[in-house]
Formats: sequence, C-alpha cells, structure tokens
Amino acid sequence: MKPAEQMRPGRLVPFLFDAERRARLAGGDTRARRGQGAVPCRAFRYGAAVRALALAGVLGVALATVAPTPGWAVEPDEMLDDPALEARAREVSRDLRCVVCQNESIDESNADMARDMRLLVRDRIEQGDSNEEVKQYLVDRYGDYVLLKPPFKPTTYVLWFGPALILAAAAAAAVSFYRRRAAAPPSPPPLSAAEQARLQALIDESEGSKDDDGAGRGGAV
Amino acid sequence: MIPEIGHYALTLALCVAVVQAIVPMVGAQRGDLALMNLCRPASVALFLTIAVAFAALTHSYIVSDFSVANVYLNSHTDKPLLYKISGVWGNHEGSLLLWILILAVFSVAVSVFGRNLPPALRARALAVQAMIVVGFLLFILFTSNPFERIDPAPLNGRGLNPLLQDPGLAFHPPMLYLGYVGFSMAFSFAIAALIEGRVDAAWARWVRPWTLLAWIFLTLGIALGSWWAYYELGWGGWWYWDPVENASFIPWLAGTALLHSAIVVEKRDTLKSWTILLAIVTFSLSLLGTFLVRSGVITSVHAFATDPTRGVFILVLLAVTVVGSFSLYAWRAPQMKGGGVFAPISREGTLLLNNVLLSTAAATVLLGTLYPLFADALHLGKVSVGPPFFNAVFVPLMVPMLIVMALGPLLAWKRGDALGAAKRLWLALVAAAGVFAATYVAAGGQATHVGAAFGMGVGAWLLIGTLVEWAERVHLFRASPGVSLRRAVGLPRAAYGMTLAHIGTALLVMGVVGNTAWKTESIQVMSPGETLAMAGHIYRFEGADRVDGPNYDAIRGHFTLLDGDGDRITELAPEKRRYTQPPQATTEAAIHTSGLHDYYAVIGDAATDHGAGAYVTRFYYEPFVPLLWYGALLMGVGGVVSLTDRRHRIGAPARRRAEAAARAASTRASSGPSGGSGVTAPGRAS
Amino acid sequence: MKKVKVVYFLPLIVVAILLVFFIVGLQRDPRALPSVLLDRPVPTFSLPGLPDRDPALTDPGAFQGKVVLLNFFGSWCVACLQEHPVLKRIQAEGLVPLHGIAFKDKPEDTLRWLGRHGDPYDAIGYDTTNRIAIEFGVTGAPETFVIDKQGVIRHKHVGPITDEVWVNTLRPLIEDLQNG
Repeated sequence: MKPAEQMRPGRLVPFLFDAERRARLAGGDTRARRGQGAVPCRAFRYGAAVRALALAGVLGVALATVAPTPGWAVEPDEMLDDPALEARAREVSRDLRCVVCQNESIDESNADMARDMRLLVRDRIEQGDSNEEVKQYLVDRYGDYVLLKPPFKPTTYVLWFGPALILAAAAAAAVSFYRRRAAAPPSPPPLSAAEQARLQALIDESEGSKDDDGAGRGGAV
Repeated sequence: MIPEIGHYALTLALCVAVVQAIVPMVGAQRGDLALMNLCRPASVALFLTIAVAFAALTHSYIVSDFSVANVYLNSHTDKPLLYKISGVWGNHEGSLLLWILILAVFSVAVSVFGRNLPPALRARALAVQAMIVVGFLLFILFTSNPFERIDPAPLNGRGLNPLLQDPGLAFHPPMLYLGYVGFSMAFSFAIAALIEGRVDAAWARWVRPWTLLAWIFLTLGIALGSWWAYYELGWGGWWYWDPVENASFIPWLAGTALLHSAIVVEKRDTLKSWTILLAIVTFSLSLLGTFLVRSGVITSVHAFATDPTRGVFILVLLAVTVVGSFSLYAWRAPQMKGGGVFAPISREGTLLLNNVLLSTAAATVLLGTLYPLFADALHLGKVSVGPPFFNAVFVPLMVPMLIVMALGPLLAWKRGDALGAAKRLWLALVAAAGVFAATYVAAGGQATHVGAAFGMGVGAWLLIGTLVEWAERVHLFRASPGVSLRRAVGLPRAAYGMTLAHIGTALLVMGVVGNTAWKTESIQVMSPGETLAMAGHIYRFEGADRVDGPNYDAIRGHFTLLDGDGDRITELAPEKRRYTQPPQATTEAAIHTSGLHDYYAVIGDAATDHGAGAYVTRFYYEPFVPLLWYGALLMGVGGVVSLTDRRHRIGAPARRRAEAAARAASTRASSGPSGGSGVTAPGRAS
Repeated sequence: MKKVKVVYFLPLIVVAILLVFFIVGLQRDPRALPSVLLDRPVPTFSLPGLPDRDPALTDPGAFQGKVVLLNFFGSWCVACLQEHPVLKRIQAEGLVPLHGIAFKDKPEDTLRWLGRHGDPYDAIGYDTTNRIAIEFGVTGAPETFVIDKQGVIRHKHVGPITDEVWVNTLRPLIEDLQNG
C-alpha cells in the first residue's frame, strides 16, 4: 500500500492545504502564513488556536494548523525587574495585536513575532516611552491594525458611534410604538387603594394551590 | 459499502426534503388536509434518512475506515472511542451533517409533539424547515461530502486535534448546534405565520417552547465552550470576544430577546411583528455566524482552514434565506394588528426595554465583529476590533438591563407602579449598596475599583431583587409559613424558571465582574522546594516528572497548595502533554476550587539554565470564576424548569387552557404581576 | 400609513447592504496587511553582515542613488525556498541590485542555507533581534521592498515572489523608477 502522501490528489489535497489555496485565490500570495510560521512562529497560534477552538470545532473549522511545540505567552526571562514597569508592559501588550496570529494580543500569543514585539514594548518602556508612545511606535510601522482598540478617528466613527446610534434608533422605535398605541383605546385605570385592598382580600380568601398564573400576588397595580 | 449507504441516504434525504418543502405548503394554500398531513410522514422519513447517513459516518469513524477521506483526515486508530465518535463532528463535513441531523430532529419533534398544532401552521412550518434542510443538503452534497473515498486507503489517519480530545469539547459542539439550529424552528414558525398572515397568542405559545429549548442548548453550549477554554487553555481566560465566539453570542443575545418578546405576544397579544422579526433575525444570525466562520471573510483565530467556495455557497444560502424571509416580512408584517395596549412602566414595558437593550447589544457585537470587513471593503484601512472595544461598548448596555431586570417582574402587566416596585426592592438596594461598599473596601479602596465594586453591586441587586420577587409571590413572612409553602408549591414552573434564570444571570455577572477585576497572575521559574505566595495561598513546587498517556507523553508538575498558615490544602498536578498524532502540545492546568475562587497552576518548559529540575510555572488566582459556571448552569436549569411548565408542554390538555382562560378573564382587570407567566392568552384560547 | 410601511422594509435593506459587503469581503483577503511605510523613507538601521560573506548590508546608505530590492528571508522560512529560484533569475537578469536581510536566524544556518541553495543576494544584513524587521513592519518571510533612488519605499510584496509577480508587477515598477 502506498503511503498516505501518494494518495489520490484532486479534491483532497486542496482541502489539506486550504490556507494556501485560499491565499492563491486571494491574489497570488502563496506564502501560507502557517508555512511561514513553521519555525519562527513555531508555536504559531497555539494559544489562540486553543482558545476559541471550542467554538471552532463546533463550527466545523477543520483544525489543520497544529503547533509542534508548546508555546507560552509571557516568559519569565522577558519580564522587567521593576514591577511597575512590567505591569505597564503587560497593559500595553494586551492592547496590541500580534500581527502574525490574527486576533490575538501579543500578551497572549506564543508566536515568536509576538515575543519580539513584547520585548520591544519592554525596551521602549524602559527607555522612558509612555504607554501611548509605545503603541504609536508600532502603529507607525504596522498601521492601526496593531491596535485591538481601534483609534477614534473619522474612519472609525461608525464603529464608535454605532452602538449609540443603534440604541437611539431602537429607543425611537419603542417610543413611536408607544405613541401609536396611545392613539388606541386606553387601558383601564389602575385600581384605587380601596379596590386594591378588596381584591387582595378576595384573593387571599380564595388562595388555592391551583394558582396557576400567579395573579394572586396583589399590591402591584 | 457503508459510506455509500450513507451517501445514498443523504441523496434520498434531499428528495424527501424537497417533497416536504413543497407538498405540505401547497396543501396549506389549497386547504387540502391530506397534502398538509404529508409533512408528518415526510419529516419522519427525512429524519430517518439523515440519521442513517449520520450513523454511517459514525460507523466509519468507529471502525477507523480510512478509505473515507474525512475519517483519514480526522481520526486515528489510537484514539479512545469517545473521541473517535466526537471526531465525527470535529470537522467541517461531519459538523455540517450533524447540523442537518439536528434540523431534522427538530422537524420530526414538531411533527410528533405538535399534534395539537393547527394543521396548516404545522404544514407550513415543517415545509419551511424542510427548505432549510434542502439548502444544507445541497451544500453538503456539492461542496462538503463527508463520504468521499480515498483509493488506496491510507494505513492510519492523521488524528484528531488533541485539543478536541477532551470530554468537555466532545459534547460542546452538539450542544451549541442544538442551540444554533434549534432557532430554525422559531424561524420556520415565523415564516409560516407570515404566510398565514396571522400571529396570535396561541402562535406565541407554540413557538416559545422550541425557542426556549434552543436557548437552553445555546446557553449551555456557550458555557461549556467557555469552561473548556478556561481549564484547557492554560491561562485561565474564559471569553475573548473572538469572532467565532461572537458568532455564537450574537444569536444568543437575539434569542434571549426573542424569548422575552414572545412572552409579550403570548400574554398581551402585542409586539407581534417585532417578535416575528426577531425570530427571523435570530436564525439568520446563526446562519451568518456559520458563514463568517467557514468562509474566512473575517479573521478569527480559527478562520485558518476556510474555503471561499464553501463561503460562496453559504453566502448564497444566507442570501436566499434572508432576502426571502425579510421580503415576506416587508410584505406581510404590516397587516398584523397589535392587540393589548400598555404603558412604558409595566411588565411589557420592561420586556420591551429588555428587547431594546438586547437587540442593541446584539447589533453592537455584530458591528464590532464585522467592522474590519466593512473598513476593508470600503478601503478605510485595516483595523482590528478586539476585547477593549467590546468591553467598552457592551458593559454600558448591560448595566441598565440588569437594573431593570430586577424591577420588571415586580411590575403589573399593562400599567405598573414603578415606585411601589422600587419600594419593595429596598432590600435589594441595601444588599447592592452593602456589596458595593464591602467589595470596594476589600479591594483596597482605590478609585480603579469603583467600577468593579459597582458591577458586584449590580449583581447583588439582581440576585436579591429576584429573590424578593419570589418571596413576595409566595407571601414569605407576610403569610403563615404553611400558606407560603402552599403558594411556593403552587407557583407555576415558568415562574420558577424565570427566578432561576435571573439568579443565574446575577451570579454570572458577579463572576464576570469579580474575575475580571481581581484575577491575579504570577509567572516565574521555580526549582523543586521553592514556594510562591499568592492571594493568601502558598504554592510549593515539589518537582516534575514524565508520564505516559495512551497517545501522548507529558511532563507532570507536582505542587502543594498551602493556605496562609502553611497548612496543606491539596496537591496540584498540571501537565504539559505532547500528543503524537497529530503532533501537538496541550496544557492541562490543575485547578483547585474553593467553590468561590479557583487556584490555577500550570507547568511550563524546563528552565535548564536555572539548574536541574527548574521549570517555568504559572499560577492564577481566579476569584469568582465558579460563579460563571453556576450562573450558566442555573440559567439552563431555569430554562428546563420553565419548559416543563404544563402550559408550555405541547399537547397540554385543552381543558386546562380553557380553564386558565376563564380564570384569566376573571382576573384580567387586576392582572397581578407574575414572572414568566400571568394572565393566560386573550387570543385563541379564550 | 405609508410611512409606517417603509419601516417594514428596513430589515430587508439592512441585510441587502450586509450581503453586498459579504460579497466584496469574500474577494478580499482579511489577512493581507498593506504596508504603512509606502512612500516613506527607509527606516534607519545598523546591522552586522554575515561572517565571511561580503558585501554586508550594514546601513541604508546602500540604497542611495539607485533602485533596489530588499528581501527579508531566513533559513527557517519554507516559502523563501519557494521563491529562491526566482530571486536567482532576478539576480541573473541584473536589472536591479538585490539585497537581503536575514532575520530570526543563526548566521551559520543562513550561510549553510545560502551554500546549499545558492546565494542570489548582493549585500546581506543580519538582523539578530528581529528589530529591523519590526522597523520595516515585516510580519513574516519572505517580504520584499522596492526602494527608489531617493531611498523611499515604493512597494512591498508579501509572500514569495513568483515569475508572474516579477514580470507583471515588480519589473515594470522598477523600470519606471529607474527611468523616473
């Protein structure tokens, strides 16, 4: 029997190398990111792959990318001696995206690239950069893409104002719903205190285990 | 042979689904009962054919038939049986088959348990359901055939990703699917109602259990995934706002809104076109999630094995579904007349507010998830939208909702007394203030902890507020204990369902807030015998050794967890495993839980330059994490309890409904407050 | 009444817009990350060369006065091997100097790799720390920059250069820059 590699190509092989195929289809970039990650990102997305994998497995994403060795995010040898500076470095790292890992902060990522960026962040912090300056340094080289919290600027107004606009629209819809309904016949007025008391008495009297709808609880009108 | 039977069964299922999609629909239009009733045998046949296909694939996995490409790619002879079976849905093709199976299960369940549904509604709903099945069968048969053969067959498979070889993850996908796909039933009912042009309380009553069932599965499915990520990942996180997570969370938000708006339709015969819209939107969001994850249009940590061809196919499916259903909606929904009138301050009012906030939240998460795609398509540059954005916009939406959540159940239908309800919540307010103050002081009284303390206060408010509502309902301390007990026994299960689910939410909120604010972490190199103090506990590293598992080898660290006085609490033995097939490493964290807080230990690489036996170790103090699991579990249990309410049980004797309707009529004027229940539908039932 | 009915079309409109975005999105690669350094001067750097291999690319001075290609590579990089024959052809063509920066690599590994597969580079710089790669906004290897006579980055190609890329994109651009 032939080894697995020699089996019939055709549909199977493209499936195996979906990333490459996708890259090709997307415009000639045949460098598969995971190929590129073979050594420098040896733990390419170990953590990331792990994390939402729970859902991914479910959603049927074929789990093609595997990490040959375990990786860790922040290693003891990269940490700064000064706890205050180290804390700042962690904070900055959490807001920076690992550019090879997709959707993972450099603080969480095991990719070598992320480690390099973490070291850079620590260097710059030690050299006296503020948190914002460190982030700006990377934005200057990789664009806004490295920021997990998108900057507030015209191209992101829709993103940042969006939730408020959606809420306003939803609230307006609710208000208009009430307005339109106000035109309809009004509901009966609330019970007076006396009626309330009488109702309560009646309910308490006839309280039965068949209180199916819980309407017996009074005092709320 | 067996894979061919499976393939054949799928093809046959397609034929059956086509028949089921057309004939009952025609029958319903013509009023032909015989044609309409065809939906019942058809749905059984559909279920059986798909079940045969699924069983065939499962068989191929169990016997490790590597002549089937799908099995070769995702299985291995060394794998334990459980994971051979879970491997069936641990890949694209198999998971799609599971998806279709669940569609068919819901379909057959409606035909079996929906005996008392009006024949036309049932016929149309099952026909719509069959249309969805047709779409997915075409998808699987043309782009993702799980029965494809390899010739010659390889000697062994490539193995299942070891990360999937975990009991939590074995059951997580089916759970999540049951939720995702379960919303198809609400969708089908909504489309059927639009075609019929009639939505009333009875409709809402039939739809609610199916929505609730899907919601329970989705809730537990998401929680299971989160729990798995927490213990398996090795750094104690449980939610990352990754697009894949959002893809399941958005339908959950919409589905939760649907669950609540359906109550308003059922009890008050209003918000009908909105509820129909939500039913359509919820399932469309499930489809959208599938599209996003499998097409690769967005970068998720997972979108690495995606395929544009499949993406195009799902996009077409999605487009047909949403354009078709929303066109139908635009055409038919305006004809729906609203029924009951209510004031903003009333039970319905708070449910409407719940809907406003939940749908805004769903839209917000969707916006954040899709924004990179928008920006790229419009050439606005590449942006990333990560956890800092979602946290910043999501939390402000949830706070008012959680506050109103305690208030709502205390308000009467139609017109409530906010002040009265607020007064009865004094205890909750005191509790909230107390928790706020206590956590603030305990956290050290820094300004940075105000938010977290406030969040804990909100959780306490909801927790106590929900308990107060229950206490009021059973006249606790107002009547004799006997009366209270009798009332407690007599309360409808739906009411208990709400109470449990809301308590669950409160616990979840406290877990999220408390863990986010007070989680601490320590990363270091330790040699055997060294200790590390953290969060009032001491971790002593005893050393590490090699262990061998069935299909992996591992480094196992040994730690002793000591309390502040140096007394031994327990041993912790985290592992770093190296699987052979496929080669991959995983971490097995060791977690000790006190029931309220977790103590989490992870062993890393050997730190040889620090001397023999030294290892990188990580410890996490995870306060309040167990509350997340209790909370999610309570939500699920609440859902189940509510589902067993006799009024939700499909096929509940008509007598009971008539009885309830009569009583409803008599108490309509007062319509006392009652969570998740209340006056029986004034619609068809009365 | 007419106004109210428009409301019911809103969901349809919203999903139609979303679908258009998805159709566009399917044709784009969400991972492609355009360089923000385009039309900006080459970042300054100071590098050692590889031992016993000359010339060394030690600083951006090498870019002054002529159009050059700058290729980031490493012996660990599978895709670099894929583009390697193309680089050799480019070198043979002699149109443009081809400089390389090896990163995330051990010098001896880089030398062995070049020895085994051939050395298409003019000057090579050796980036030990990956800092220069970050300066250039590099996310992986291979990545190739086209730098004009003024030392300004004019193009970045991510991934292996194929003959097609060379003929259709890079060569015309380089010729333009050389004439301009």
